Amino acid sequence: MDLKNVASLTFFLPEIIVSVTILLLIVLDLIAQSKRSLALIAVAGCAAALIATLDLYSAQPGWLFHRMIVLDNFSLFFKVFALAATILCIWMSLGSNEIKQVHQGEYYTLLLTCALGMFFMASSSNLLMAYLSLELVSLTSYVLTGFLPRNRRSSEAALKYLIYGGVASGTMIYGMSWVFGMTGSLDYGAIQAALGGTVYNKAALFMAFVFIMAGFGYKIVFVPFHMWSPDVYQGAPTPFTAFLSVASNAAGMAIMIRFFFPGVSRMAPGGDWASLSGVEWPQVILFLSMMTMTLGNLCALNQRNVKRMLAYSGIAHAGYMMMGLAILSNEGLSAVLFYIVVYLIMNVGAFLVVGMIANVTGDEDIENYRGLAWRGAVVPAVCLAVFLFSLTGLPPFAGFIGKFFLFSAVIKQGGAFAVLAVVAALNSVVSLYYYAKIVKTMFLDSPNPEDKTISGLGQ
Amino acid sequence: MDNVLTYMTFIPLAGAVVVLMLPNNAKVIRWFSAAITTPPLLMSIWLFNQFDRTKAGFQFVEDYYWIPAYNISYTMGIDGVSISMVLLTALLSFLCIFASFGIDKAVKGYFALFLLLDAGMMGVFCALDFFLFYIFWEVMLLPMYFLIGIWGGPRREYAAIKFFLYTLFGSVLMLLAILALFFTVEPHTFDMRIMMAQASKYSAQVLPIWPFDQWGWGFQHVVWMAFFIGFAIKIPAFPFHTWLPDAHVEAPTAISVILAGVLLKMGTYGILRVNFPMLPVATADLAYWFLGALGAWNIIYGALCAMAQKDLKKLVAYSSVSHMGYVMLGMASFTTQGINGAVLQMFNHGTITGMLFLLVGVVYDRAHHREIEGFGGLATIMPVYTGVTALAFFASMGLPGLSGFISEVLVLLGVWQRYPVLTILGASGVVLTAGYLLWTIQRVYLGPPNEKYLKMPEINGREMFTLVPLGVIVIIVGVYPSVVLDLLRASLDQLNQIIIPHLKS
Repeated sequence: MDLKNVASLTFFLPEIIVSVTILLLIVLDLIAQSKRSLALIAVAGCAAALIATLDLYSAQPGWLFHRMIVLDNFSLFFKVFALAATILCIWMSLGSNEIKQVHQGEYYTLLLTCALGMFFMASSSNLLMAYLSLELVSLTSYVLTGFLPRNRRSSEAALKYLIYGGVASGTMIYGMSWVFGMTGSLDYGAIQAALGGTVYNKAALFMAFVFIMAGFGYKIVFVPFHMWSPDVYQGAPTPFTAFLSVASNAAGMAIMIRFFFPGVSRMAPGGDWASLSGVEWPQVILFLSMMTMTLGNLCALNQRNVKRMLAYSGIAHAGYMMMGLAILSNEGLSAVLFYIVVYLIMNVGAFLVVGMIANVTGDEDIENYRGLAWRGAVVPAVCLAVFLFSLTGLPPFAGFIGKFFLFSAVIKQGGAFAVLAVVAALNSVVSLYYYAKIVKTMFLDSPNPEDKTISGLGQ
Repeated sequence: MDNVLTYMTFIPLAGAVVVLMLPNNAKVIRWFSAAITTPPLLMSIWLFNQFDRTKAGFQFVEDYYWIPAYNISYTMGIDGVSISMVLLTALLSFLCIFASFGIDKAVKGYFALFLLLDAGMMGVFCALDFFLFYIFWEVMLLPMYFLIGIWGGPRREYAAIKFFLYTLFGSVLMLLAILALFFTVEPHTFDMRIMMAQASKYSAQVLPIWPFDQWGWGFQHVVWMAFFIGFAIKIPAFPFHTWLPDAHVEAPTAISVILAGVLLKMGTYGILRVNFPMLPVATADLAYWFLGALGAWNIIYGALCAMAQKDLKKLVAYSSVSHMGYVMLGMASFTTQGINGAVLQMFNHGTITGMLFLLVGVVYDRAHHREIEGFGGLATIMPVYTGVTALAFFASMGLPGLSGFISEVLVLLGVWQRYPVLTILGASGVVLTAGYLLWTIQRVYLGPPNEKYLKMPEINGREMFTLVPLGVIVIIVGVYPSVVLDLLRASLDQLNQIIIPHLKS
């Protein structure tokens, strides 16, 4: 199914609903008395788009708008994901003191625009479309990161994010131009056909893939494109940090899988993939995956700010997910998708509690968590402990099942990948130390007499 | 009584949930917890009666679908290797509830976590599906972390995280090893019984990768090692033992009892359940160095460390390291006496060390310290207490007529037939053990009484209630060991028969 512009519109309903909601928000922001109603409209729009997306699951897969974007269950999965993350983020924003001080109309507008960008990231099947969607997400993210007007950290974070983002996407589009130059097309299908038919200079293709990886890697947050993330996580408003940590990562994963798997690889009947060009990009990912998880975990060990610690833990989790790509198998890909969902739940959950506590205490320093369980906040403390142990990957929590699927996909490939599995397993042990440090502070430490009792939590 | 193992595992779990919903009244919570651990105890007595002592295979098996996509099933069952551990777990959990009646900080949380721990321990010994086994194995970590970390002594935070990190390190390696086995059996399954039946599928061909080609290791050896490290940390075998003294010293009394009585056994149980039947070639190749020699070293090293301790509880902790060495040594012999002695030693160590920790708890509750040098002449102040202590100390020392003697003699008899040198080393441990225990008795219980403690009250009824059942078992097993040995023999002989054909020379 390869549809023209007008015929495509029926299958484009989720995007249309989100766009209409965005426009509606801009207009209503001028006349609405209660800013709270804007959030509710945004949620309603997301919910409607969610229904429209789920409805498309039974549709026949195909290309829309002259092969610009793909309609398949893979992209629908990520659309549902982005919408779920957006709804959770709006819900968190409603209870956040940070967001109450800013222009809420613009905030929700930009948030939905960012989600729209993620829709396109997950479904683009053309390098141009991929670039544009990535930029749409990036630009809105820069603004949202710097959305706290009188907060220096927020502004600093936004500037850093912008500079890193600019360099990364510049590198990426440079790499794309190489691919275009060699294969003569921006369309993934045509690129695949060209790579399958002709032999290209391997070094040139390798460089092009690495350049493109820089742009994707900056969204997924893997080493060495991770430097922006701790500052941005710490500076951005907490609800948006939660959104960024899961949705941006997931969208990056989607665009990367889309390009590197159906784009430049071929699937064998057994469900394993092989690189078409003979270029060893999977080994680059394998190496970066080990680096990413190790560096993320080691840097997280000594963080005093919980948001910053979660930023480094997010880097480590990106590393775990990349294992699923490096092994070039369908099992690995489905393990990644499963992990992303689990990661959404546990990470947003953790940020939810962090945000609630920051609302009372003012910041996210780990000192504020001292003896939390004995200061009248047993339920949030227990919830946070569950989310953190799940992030560690301990059974019986979902994080364990996520890691279990990833590890089993890696072990199944066997051979040298066993080393990757061992590195990842040892990394989970390292991660326990810093996750347990928060748990320790909440449960094992006694509160200081001057610490405030936390009450009225649990909205 | 179908599904008796499930009841034994999940009644405490249900109890943990109910405890959270009970009113915040310490008395109600304590007695409810005691009541909820009673049915598993009664069921364990029933199991003891019904267990078919002539059969080597699994009994009381339950098998249900759980996650069919990955061939994960809910399978429970016990055989001669696990039955004694199930009995021990049920008994110690019941008694430790009473030993915990003194806890007054966040009582609800304590007993809920304790019952959760109980469920996890029981599950590990009953699970026959590897996935299930792993879940239970890990589920124990969280309650243990909090029980040590919240209700422990002054350095509890350090001890709790150390315990947690060590054990998790071992168990992630175990997870990878489990997956490696899973992808080798056909059809891919987590059913331990199928993995045992297909043990020949695990290749022992030397891997062409450095350094394994130097050592002559195959796939089987590498997997064996991954499992072994996971289990050795729990045993704890040298050099992975350093978490144990810390955890024991900081943990509250009842938790120390559970830790020494049940958790340490999981290590040796795991080796018997997994390494022996599933990886027989590697077991035959590596047993001498990693089980036998390391076991003998554990015996001597633990005893020497115990001798140097100034803290009574730390002394008992190191004596555990030493005694678990006999288990490893006995297992490595692959003789009937050796392996039976090893499993009997697991059971005996659970009861004897349980008593020792309870006894240390008694004196700590009164004096609020455990310095060996700080006491003296307790025999004249607390004669009954001293009598019970003497029983436990002599049992630990291996005095004939008490249970410790039987298992140690069996182990040494068995090992003599295969490794005479290790036997001599192990037997010298007996002398060291006698040394540090008698010296401790002398310093703490004999001599002139310490002025400070003249008014110390005698051991009370609740404390006696926790000690007497263990003392009775120590004497019964010491006089008539067949009570336990009959349960084990059939399964353990079969286990030996799996390994012996693979032994070289």
